[in-house]
Amino acid sequence: MEILWTLAIPLIGGLLLALFGGRRFAPELNSAMSLGTFVAAAALTVRVITDGPITALNEQFFVDSFNVFLVALTALVGLTTSLFSRPYMRIEQHHGKLSVNMLRLYHSMYQLFTFTMLLALLTNNLGIMWVAMEAATLTTVLLVSLYRTPASLEAAWKYFILCGVGIAQALFGTILVYFAAEKLLGAGGNALLWTHLDSVKAHLEPTVLSLAFVFLLVGYGTKVGLAPLHNWLPDAHAEGPTPVSAVLSGLLLNVALYAVMRSKVLVDGALGSHFAGDLMMGFGLLSVVMAAFFLSRQKDVKRMFAYSSIEHMGLMTFAFGMGGPVATFAGMLHMTVHSLTKSAIFFAVGHATQKAGTQLMENIRGLIKTSPTIGWGLVIGSLAILGMPPFGVFASEFMIITTAMHTYPWTTPFLLTALGVAFAAIFSRVQTMVFGETVGQRLPHPPALVPVFVHLGLVLLLGLYIPPYLAVWYRQAAALIG
Amino acid sequence: MTNLFGQLINLFAALLLLIAFAMLSQRRVLSLINLFAFQGLVLSVSTAIVAWSSSQHHLYYSAALTLLLKVLVLPWILHRLIRRLNVKWDVETMFNIPTTMLVGIALVVFAFNLAAPISQMAGTITKGTLGIAMASVLLSFLMMITRSKAVPQVIGFLAMENGLFFAATSATYGMPMVVELGIALDVLVGMFILGIFFFQIRETFDSLDLKHMEKLKEE
Repeated sequence: MEILWTLAIPLIGGLLLALFGGRRFAPELNSAMSLGTFVAAAALTVRVITDGPITALNEQFFVDSFNVFLVALTALVGLTTSLFSRPYMRIEQHHGKLSVNMLRLYHSMYQLFTFTMLLALLTNNLGIMWVAMEAATLTTVLLVSLYRTPASLEAAWKYFILCGVGIAQALFGTILVYFAAEKLLGAGGNALLWTHLDSVKAHLEPTVLSLAFVFLLVGYGTKVGLAPLHNWLPDAHAEGPTPVSAVLSGLLLNVALYAVMRSKVLVDGALGSHFAGDLMMGFGLLSVVMAAFFLSRQKDVKRMFAYSSIEHMGLMTFAFGMGGPVATFAGMLHMTVHSLTKSAIFFAVGHATQKAGTQLMENIRGLIKTSPTIGWGLVIGSLAILGMPPFGVFASEFMIITTAMHTYPWTTPFLLTALGVAFAAIFSRVQTMVFGETVGQRLPHPPALVPVFVHLGLVLLLGLYIPPYLAVWYRQAAALIG
Repeated sequence: MTNLFGQLINLFAALLLLIAFAMLSQRRVLSLINLFAFQGLVLSVSTAIVAWSSSQHHLYYSAALTLLLKVLVLPWILHRLIRRLNVKWDVETMFNIPTTMLVGIALVVFAFNLAAPISQMAGTITKGTLGIAMASVLLSFLMMITRSKAVPQVIGFLAMENGLFFAATSATYGMPMVVELGIALDVLVGMFILGIFFFQIRETFDSLDLKHMEKLKEE
């Protein structure tokens, strides 16, 4: 029942906002729908924690402790981003960047995007998961080109084509999984249900599954933003409206990684070797190193943080690739804290660019003087994302790196160098943006900074103290995905 | 009887590969759309034959869906689009066609090698055609890379989806119906969004040539 509500509310929201999305009350309606989704997701979470995994509607939907934590995270970030987007989009409209129809499109697509994310997470059917991932691209592609500038159109085109081609590889991977499963489970819908696949995974044909995993990793990996398939990501993040950048970074990348992880469990079961993990470690490490070096060459603030997302997604992929209880636990913790921190940073950056009227970092100056909350939000957020203690990112990165030192010592220099380079790049840039003199303009609407500090507060909390039930929950999930 | 069906299926698979090569070398947008529609028709007929010979009744629905979507709706939308966008008689200047064809042949060989171990395991009547399905996916991919205009790139994208659909039919007698419907919905919605997108691109750049869209580079 909770599952249905969790999916129905954003879907209804999308349809309602397609009608009323341009009205004066649309931003509030958008937030209200996201709040409804969050409440339903919270109820679902409570139920799964107390009763254990559940399936619904002839096993078409399936929730266990691994996906329920992502459902809760998705609903939470969806809610706070909708709160942030209220004043943000009003200011954009005030600056004359958006028409009423564009706002209607934005609000409707925002809700539909949430719907596709939640569907991808909750469905038990690997085929439907693919459909939902593709639909997520479709709902966001027009949002990336919302401003209709040449650069935004180019970014959206690249996003559409690259992710479309990528996800087509994932479809081929899904076909191969079905091919292997059909022999054991019989033809028809059941052969793609993850729970059924999981129960027979040891008997799936290993050669087919290993080929399938290559396609699935390349396909969904394009959406995760793994190097060298990451080309779309910085452009889409930089050119779209900031709330879209926040949900792309905070949610879409996570859900794509979730899809990879679900496939990895099956492949590990079939192969009994570390093949899938090795591939993921390779892609992950390459992304971390490459993103760190590109980071230092960026001039656009949103592009810089987009590269930082690639770096962190690489780190998570690497952690999940290593496997084992500690690394997987750390990977999931990192997923959580990265989502929260990165979206908080995008909130602060969004208002900062509105004040400065540009995304070029050299023209953003003295944020702390004119608007201390935005400035401090950006400083604290950047320190958190760079892995400074006592924030949660430090805890997860520490666990990932110590595990890497134990099991794969040769990777440590690469990881540490990359993290160091990223630190130097981001920290020096942020410093010049927040301190010094300024000529920024006043914003016509009061900015929404509560979401920034709520997110950063949660990240701080996770760094200082992980509540026991949360730790149990992560550990259960880690046991599920090995 | 099965033998006859098997040969018919192979014949249609060969036609599919031929069309993929024709698309690779076709420079006129209008002919490209017609080729795409023709590819959809071949796909639909061959799916129907597979359905008949293997008595897999759900494949009739897939065949009907393919006929409706890929032979009627999508080409119709594309025709309307190129008329409204005034690119109907567009001819693309392409980078060396013979070289592209040679690369295409190499891709076909590669696809057959990749598919060989899988088709040995398949129990379907169509198992021999899996290599062709993979080859047409790769050829469409090559087509997307070699094109610099928006409409041909999208046709390449749709042709790739055709290849994947064919792969699903030849390896496993098609995906479960709910998944196929979902994929069809995605393709249709995607086409509409692309339609909107074409107009936005032309409004901003005064052309559908993607050469104008090379500003965003990795630095």
